[in-house]
Amino acid sequence: MRRILFESLIKRPLTEAAPRADETAIAELAKNVDRAARRRLGRSLSIREVDAGSCNGCELEIHALNNAFYDLERFGLRFVASPRHADVLMVTGPVTKNMREALQRTYDATPDPKWVVAVGDCALNGGIFSGSYAVAGGVATVVPVDLHIRGCPPSPTQLLQGLLALLA
Amino acid sequence: MPSLADTIEGRRIEAHRPRPRIVVNAAGWSAAANRMAAGEWTLLGLWGAIACVHMAVMGEGAEIAVLTLECADGEYPSVGAVHPPAIRFERAIRDLYGLIPLGLPDTRPWLDLGFWEVTHPLAVQPGAAVAPTPFPFLPSEGGGLHQVPVGPVHAGIIEPGHFRFTANGERIVRLEQRLGYVHKGIEHLMTGASLDKAAQLAGRASGDSTVAYALAFAHAVEAALELTVPPRAILLRALMAELERIANHFGDFGAICNDASFAVMHAQCGILREQTLRTADACFGHRLVMDRIVPGGVARDIATRGLDQVRMLIGEARARFPHLVELYDKTASLQDRTVGTGILHPELARQFGAGGYVGRASGRAFDARKAPGYAPYGWLSFYVSTLEAGDVNARVLIRIREIEQSLAMIEQILHELPHGPVAATFYPEARSGEGLGLVEGFRGDVFAWIAIEAGTVTRCHLRDPSWFQWPLLEAVIEDNIVADFPLCNKSFNCSYSGHDL
Repeated sequence: MRRILFESLIKRPLTEAAPRADETAIAELAKNVDRAARRRLGRSLSIREVDAGSCNGCELEIHALNNAFYDLERFGLRFVASPRHADVLMVTGPVTKNMREALQRTYDATPDPKWVVAVGDCALNGGIFSGSYAVAGGVATVVPVDLHIRGCPPSPTQLLQGLLALLA
Repeated sequence: MPSLADTIEGRRIEAHRPRPRIVVNAAGWSAAANRMAAGEWTLLGLWGAIACVHMAVMGEGAEIAVLTLECADGEYPSVGAVHPPAIRFERAIRDLYGLIPLGLPDTRPWLDLGFWEVTHPLAVQPGAAVAPTPFPFLPSEGGGLHQVPVGPVHAGIIEPGHFRFTANGERIVRLEQRLGYVHKGIEHLMTGASLDKAAQLAGRASGDSTVAYALAFAHAVEAALELTVPPRAILLRALMAELERIANHFGDFGAICNDASFAVMHAQCGILREQTLRTADACFGHRLVMDRIVPGGVARDIATRGLDQVRMLIGEARARFPHLVELYDKTASLQDRTVGTGILHPELARQFGAGGYVGRASGRAFDARKAPGYAPYGWLSFYVSTLEAGDVNARVLIRIREIEQSLAMIEQILHELPHGPVAATFYPEARSGEGLGLVEGFRGDVFAWIAIEAGTVTRCHLRDPSWFQWPLLEAVIEDNIVADFPLCNKSFNCSYSGHDL
């Protein structure tokens, strides 16, 4: 283990330069986010991820944000275990009817001020799963959404661009 | 030697390929259930359709047969009554189709949590909505017991499901799962869909196994419509499948260690996983390789510089991975958590037909790439390793060996890759038939069954390996401590979405 740790010390970090904040994401956000609330929260955001019915593809890429290449925590962003600790809910999937109540209750358990980031094409409008008896629709049909990050699934870079826009 | 299908009495449906489907009577259906209960056959899948139930079984030599029982009166003899691995399937079939399994010991709903605003949504005449009722969890009796409810929203970045633990102090006496939260109605959406749309849906049954699902689906379609896939496409598919396997195994290896708070392994494996996904992206234009396998071949050829990227990945993995394996082997505090934890007895693995590392860590040598087998794996040299210990450690070691085998296989694929077309041309509008596919995903065998009429899907069923692994997780956790559940759970890494569909 010492060898691996030592190598990590002497080698250049893998972490890559931050991507530029996504322009359209900023525009969408500007409409929705209250500047005063942002000032109160400073530049650090705690994120609670909620899978409301995804195929798990989006989760894999959200996970990747924590790896050495993207290193999410350098931006003051971190994933937390409870909605009680969260400023941001990051919601994936078409919201299934079986998860609708759980998502609503997670939202209610998150203290104000809070933002909801809907991740993936399904979270936008149900995507390929819309029209099913078991699907309620996009995230916005259940809780108010501040930012959509599109993609199937969005790459970690696209996710970073969207999240940086939250802090811009 | 007669094939398995030839030994079963009944009416033969020749449109089902490669072997005919057999319509049996109730006695034949129950006889099949008894042969599984006796350990002669393994249950491969059990699914409903309009006024009938289908069952896929596997006999000696991994021969597969599909049986059908017509049940116009809405009832059929329960398989779960004699063969427990069928119980959850029959609960799901009743939720979706309203077909009643006579004699099923557990009559509680499975996928229907009471929120669909309809009952039996896939039946010809769906029923009116019924208000959700409290779910009766199985009882545990004894002094000093307490319950720990977990989920559906979990603490990590993972899929939703509910776990109900009953514990005495730290010791778990019973775990009961309640799933269905991510049920999206995929089989409903597939009914009446074009092959293109259905292939996309299959690729989104479980995102971590999108290649395996797309491949199983493509195999089923190709069997049904008797399509021949060009050799280059066959090898490119295997390249995609092995990249998916190592990406997931790298991720799991790190994540299991992370659940024992050994974060350095998580970080190092995360690098290898990311490099694998970037290589996949460079080769096929998608990090998870979604929508690249289509019936008849692959949607696009590998990028010009793709092969070099893959060679670099192999070199990188060969240079780094052995050190991580050595670190795992030599860290006593980590082994203390994984050795002897969450033991799955080989007998249970055999009874449930547990696939993937779950089965192979408990003595079940089955690997769909070897038997029944499919191209190109017959041309490639690799071995399937098994262990008997059945603990978390064994499931880690199986993954490690599979990574090594897959790396060697990818090298062979690069070496063998012929020139030529990457897809067969066909006109689905003119074609009909039924077929099945069984593909070894990273987690185990993914089963797909399809019926096509004039290029339109009339019924498609997908069965995730997790159907047989989830119930075993309930069994292995008994008598372990609550704090070891994440380790056991991650060592299984069952799919929620693939199971709930």
